[in-house]
Amino acid sequence: MRYLPLTDADRSAMLAKIGASDIDALFVDVPEEARLTGPIHGLPMHASEMAVERHMRRLSKKNLAAADAAFFLGAGAYKHHVPASVDHIIQRGEFLTAYTPYQPEIAQGTLQMLFEFQTQVARLYGCAVANASMYDGSTACWEAVAMASRIARGKKRKVVLSGALHPHYAEVVKTMAKFTDDEIAGAPPSLTAMPDDDGLIARIDDNTSCVVVQYPDILGRLPDLAKIADAAHAQGALLIAVNTEPVALGAVKSPGELGADIVVGEGQAIGVGLQFGGPYLGLFAVRDEKHVRMMPGRLCGETVDAEGKRGFVLTLSTREQHIRREKATSNICTNSGLCALAFSVHMTLLGEAGLRQLAAENHRLACLAAERLAKVPGVTVLNDQFFNEFTVLLDGDARAIVRQLTRQNVLAGVSLGRLFPGVEGLANGLLVAVTETTTEEDIETLASALEGVLA
Amino acid sequence: MNAPNQSGWKPGTPVDGHNAMSGPDTATGNRALMLEEPLIFEIGSTETTGVDFDFAARLDLAGVDQPAPPTPAPASRLGSFARTEAIGLPGLTEPETVRHYTRLSRQNYAIDLGLFPLGSCTMKHNPRLNEKVARMPGFADVHPLQPVDTVRGALEVMNELAFWLITLTGMHSVAMSPKAGAHGELCGILCIRAALEARGDARKVILVPESAHGTNPATAAFAGYEIEDIPANADGRVDLDALKARLGPDVAGVMITNPSTLGLFERDLKAISDAVHAAGGFVYCDGANFNAIVGKVRPGDLGVDAMHINLHKTFSTPHGGGGPGSGPVVLSEALSPFAPLPYTARTKDGVVHLIEEEGADAFSEEYFGGRMEHFGRMTAFHGQMGMFSRALTYILSHGADGLRQVAEDAVLNANYVLRSLEDVLDAPFGHSGPCMHEALFSDKGFAEGLSTLDLAKGLIDEGYHPMTMYFPLVVHGAMLVEPTETESKAALDQFITALRSVAGRAKAGDESLRTAPHYAPRRRLDETLAARKPVLAWQAPEAPAGTPVASEIGGA
Repeated sequence: MRYLPLTDADRSAMLAKIGASDIDALFVDVPEEARLTGPIHGLPMHASEMAVERHMRRLSKKNLAAADAAFFLGAGAYKHHVPASVDHIIQRGEFLTAYTPYQPEIAQGTLQMLFEFQTQVARLYGCAVANASMYDGSTACWEAVAMASRIARGKKRKVVLSGALHPHYAEVVKTMAKFTDDEIAGAPPSLTAMPDDDGLIARIDDNTSCVVVQYPDILGRLPDLAKIADAAHAQGALLIAVNTEPVALGAVKSPGELGADIVVGEGQAIGVGLQFGGPYLGLFAVRDEKHVRMMPGRLCGETVDAEGKRGFVLTLSTREQHIRREKATSNICTNSGLCALAFSVHMTLLGEAGLRQLAAENHRLACLAAERLAKVPGVTVLNDQFFNEFTVLLDGDARAIVRQLTRQNVLAGVSLGRLFPGVEGLANGLLVAVTETTTEEDIETLASALEGVLA
Repeated sequence: MNAPNQSGWKPGTPVDGHNAMSGPDTATGNRALMLEEPLIFEIGSTETTGVDFDFAARLDLAGVDQPAPPTPAPASRLGSFARTEAIGLPGLTEPETVRHYTRLSRQNYAIDLGLFPLGSCTMKHNPRLNEKVARMPGFADVHPLQPVDTVRGALEVMNELAFWLITLTGMHSVAMSPKAGAHGELCGILCIRAALEARGDARKVILVPESAHGTNPATAAFAGYEIEDIPANADGRVDLDALKARLGPDVAGVMITNPSTLGLFERDLKAISDAVHAAGGFVYCDGANFNAIVGKVRPGDLGVDAMHINLHKTFSTPHGGGGPGSGPVVLSEALSPFAPLPYTARTKDGVVHLIEEEGADAFSEEYFGGRMEHFGRMTAFHGQMGMFSRALTYILSHGADGLRQVAEDAVLNANYVLRSLEDVLDAPFGHSGPCMHEALFSDKGFAEGLSTLDLAKGLIDEGYHPMTMYFPLVVHGAMLVEPTETESKAALDQFITALRSVAGRAKAGDESLRTAPHYAPRRRLDETLAARKPVLAWQAPEAPAGTPVASEIGGA
């Protein structure tokens, strides 16, 4: 077995040193009736690298890769170009095969990277402090709700969710709230050109611990965060802004700048790749330093070593499960370190100038796509405003049309029927995402394909 | 025993006051291959980018740059939200970026460099085939919300891995979506709570031994339970009689780590499960240490109701400097109906289905007699696909025979370490029988003023990542050593030599341990300062007094 260095001679010598007659003597504490006497029946034996690769390639080929189609899916996972050097760096063994930096003297590489990452995220979000990452955007969103509840010390139990929050994120919050007695006030999204900010504000009251608003929202629109923040703060509630497309923040104002108290999101779009939904990268930041000690997850901080040299350590760990146990701010342990590295490397390659160019190109192509699709008979563009993703209404069931178009190698977008199954009035809606990887030819392909099926 | 070093160096070789770290100061602060590296904020600029965009110039098929086609720039649709303020993100060109991160990487210890005996974390070799497979376009470049017919292969990976996990554990089903071990724990506890609520039986208490991972009580508290301790017996195992005495109608369940964090197999687990079940509760098993028993015993045969499996431990997906992990949860028949969405299921026609919110009830009606009462969704999308493809590759490579050998070699290596060191280091449970995959020591016998921390830092100077320190909490100055099965005997022998030497110094009161490490990129870091005055993001240093400000310099 190519991964196991012990030889049979080694094993015998080691058993002799231990004083055990055979290997089963080391498993003597396993009750005899539960001990398996040989390899589990019905499972294959070990296989060569070549055979395993062949099997996995066969499974891989059963999937339609995004690069092999005219591709317009978004809804919280975006196809962006990832520079080749990103993958090279994350495959360096010193990053790939290290672990949580418990021993800072020999983990400064990971720690400095995390400090840089935290700073990048904080600046992108317009916040004071970001943590070293969460599992993904949806779990970061729930952790933010739980944090707001802690800040309200359980005295405010209502969580107001925007109807235009990603439905998976809303489902995660609702699932967790079932077990924590938070009252979740949700609503289905309304298909309007502008988000219904006033309707959302009307649902905030003095029992509200937090308001959760996605920006840009699930339909691609831009809610007026500043106005919602004022309304939330007037009732003593926190505003949690959720962002699922960080590239947007190269073109639009940051949530922190607009008054959000906690900003969370999905970092996948920068550096990570689609990967069928995971692993992704949860981003978590607070606008005001006063909330730092309520935050979940790891935090990396600057300090000095015994010779006065600058160095970095995991810090404020008295919030965490390995110290505080049942009183911890979260049960999170392993986070998404390698994805944070990918994000940070990609962001370093981009820099501010590159991020702004990237965002501008995403927006330019999305505008072109919206203009072109608006000319297709049977297609109406819903949004007044958007970044790189917008909603169109089709004359027909969008989900069926999406399936139909896959036969022409067009992945047309995410239907609202898939996202909000069973919700009335949404079946004709289609979310269309356009990034720098979309060509004008792709846009034309989509438009013609829609002309074909809607004619 | 092999020589600790084949270079010609011998223990006691005089260094004349010089070694790799002493010697003359350098102008740069670098020391040959030990390279200092500034922060990106100190070397980058917001004007620099390492990414070129092809909208300014397009490459045609002949490879000639041509101006972009004259598509008129559309009007912005950002309204009043267009960003006007600077962000403050520095950029570097590609060569500068690669160098920055490569220099940083060299300040990290990693499995690829040497033995990394972090107990309970299972730092074993990460096969590179797994990396190659995860990057196949059909896995890496697929969107989670593509129409199901375009992602059948991805669903098959999930289902095939699920089949292996169920078979290896002897359980009934598996929830694949949890993102890491602690997330899996939460999944299991929520299944238990949902099952109890479904029978109208609200219970308040989860019993957790003091030796448990901190995630156990944190998870149960997050799910709304009160935590009570389970006492241990003299062997360090769960005290069955004390547990039985505490069980009652208020106890929702127990969380037991098996093998335990003391590195011991819980001999009485079946009896524990029977007692808990008889009292109407459920058994959660923390499967962080499943790598010790995979292929040797199935937790399902011991009465476990739910157990998470850290794919990054037992099935060697890379730890990545702190994740991503993946924590599928295997479930007993009693808990299976409450598993979260989404899940995959293969029907008799061989088709693998993805069951999400929509159609979950209909699927349950058709295939499960309407018994499925999922408790909800724990994450967006479908789980850690990138980890699934890696773990399945690992499992197929090893096969049923190889996985069994993994457990045997991991346990053999740990016992070899235990028995090679117990004459110099106190092994508080060395009398409790063979250890499983990890060996536990304490700081008993160290000279006054020297601690586990000092030993650990001394081990860094010997070229090793230290073991897990001060965990489990039930042992004073605990040191938990997990060598894993991917270490050769020669590698273990050198590690044992190093640890014997450092242990000897700790017992003899060697003062130089107090200031170790001496040879790492950094000396001991001031953690108190970091916590007292937290600096969690970089800020430009204030200009020294007397520096003229822009308006004083004049100009634009």
